[in-house]
Amino acid sequence: MQKYSGFGLLKHALTHHENWQRVWRNPIPKKKYDVVIVGGGGHGLATAYYLAKVHGVTNIAVLEKGYLGGGNTARNTTIVRSNYLWDESAKLYEHAMKLWEGLSQDLNYNVMFSQRGVLNLGHTLQDMRDIERRVNANRLNGIDGEVLDPQQIKEIVPMMDCSDQPRYPIMGASWQPRGGVARHDAVAWGYARAADALGVDLIQQCEVIDIVTEDGAATGVMTNSHGLIEAGRIGCVTAGNSSVMANMAGFRLPLESHPLQALVSEPIKPILDTVVMSNHVHGYVSQSDKGDLVIGAGIDGYNGYGQRGSYHTIEHTVQAIVELFPVFSRVRMNRQWGGIVDTCPDACPIISATPVENLFFNCGWGTGGFKATPGSGHAFAETLAAGEASEMAKPFSMFRFHDGALIDEHGAAGVAH
Amino acid sequence: MFYIYCPHCEEHREEEEFHASGQAHIPRPLDPESCSDKEWGEYMFFRDNPRGLHHELWVHGIGCRKFFNITRDTQTYEIKEVYKIGQQPKFKASNSTLVEGVK
Repeated sequence: MQKYSGFGLLKHALTHHENWQRVWRNPIPKKKYDVVIVGGGGHGLATAYYLAKVHGVTNIAVLEKGYLGGGNTARNTTIVRSNYLWDESAKLYEHAMKLWEGLSQDLNYNVMFSQRGVLNLGHTLQDMRDIERRVNANRLNGIDGEVLDPQQIKEIVPMMDCSDQPRYPIMGASWQPRGGVARHDAVAWGYARAADALGVDLIQQCEVIDIVTEDGAATGVMTNSHGLIEAGRIGCVTAGNSSVMANMAGFRLPLESHPLQALVSEPIKPILDTVVMSNHVHGYVSQSDKGDLVIGAGIDGYNGYGQRGSYHTIEHTVQAIVELFPVFSRVRMNRQWGGIVDTCPDACPIISATPVENLFFNCGWGTGGFKATPGSGHAFAETLAAGEASEMAKPFSMFRFHDGALIDEHGAAGVAH
Repeated sequence: MFYIYCPHCEEHREEEEFHASGQAHIPRPLDPESCSDKEWGEYMFFRDNPRGLHHELWVHGIGCRKFFNITRDTQTYEIKEVYKIGQQPKFKASNSTLVEGVK
């Protein structure tokens, strides 16, 4: 792998940038791999990278039906934070946060991680009680966090309406200074490039159409473009399509796939240098380096695989944003899209063994998977390498929905669903 | 935005009046006390979630406030049929676990 550096940039400038190496190979898949990862999004690529780097498993293929990072990795609103309530999830998301902090160096790829802080607003007394509880829990878990009053919020975001005039006035907020945003595509590309350099085969345009099982154990996957690919272990990291994958292997998951919409405005001059989220009025907003406001909505209530949702859902979100930021009322919106999120009943992911031997799932991240990409990949890689749930993944077994040990993160999840 | 026919009001109304309440035709176990953890967990949390035809329970929340079922394609979003609780769907859902004759 060609190492990226400032010097390299200068060197390639001399040849008019025409001699850059391809970022990853485009290999023909082998007949058999030690591990096959289904799904070439951020989580799947991170899994492959950590399997190769930390666990020395390099005979890996990542199968992607479209192009790398073209699903929810390309569709999220790029927010990164770790202020989750319960110990199990706080540990997982904070692990991800620590990896984020060194990720660009680790991958030798600029993921443009910007720790500009995340505000979670409270608009009711109950919101404030939840926020105080969550911030205290965070601090006990070593995660930074503060409870702010409207005056302090005003100092951070001067143009936000912190008065008592809005329909739901801002009563306070939790503030995680280490939170922020990252360049979503660069995360997928960075992991892909680094995994490829360690010998991982990234196979694009290769859709898994069946999971082959023998005596209750998975032995390989049938693909539309390369036929049967045998595998020692299979890891499914397919987000919204996880239920479809599980159905191929003959079991169900406690998931529902919903459309989650987002939109961006026309680019404007720098106006918002942090991330503002509100669970209560259903909206979150940040400004990208390009200058466009990146706005996320709540999920659409019905199941859908169509990567689009209903208009009134984004209308509702834009109303909330304008209520918070009256100054945005004349900003024009540029593009709008949807992704398919696999929501779990307790708003926590599933990193788990399944009823089928040698088949593992990493899914159920719902509306908040992007922030966890490094931690998710790290924990799932350990799980796939060992053939059983890693210490961090154990509480996130799919069988918690049988024994009742749920991890309720609806308060911290931040997106209404 | 869906334009949904409410079988109780007998007219088409906009989606905002309705609320999707998840998969339809999930019978509550007749004797919950005798369920194993697995059976109860499956009833509570595990869903078909097909890519394709799906039977869903909807409620006309700010209309007549009554529940009814929709068979809808989760890929194209096309509504195939609307029918009242207790009636059987004409279309069969993809990977359906619907038991024949379940109300």
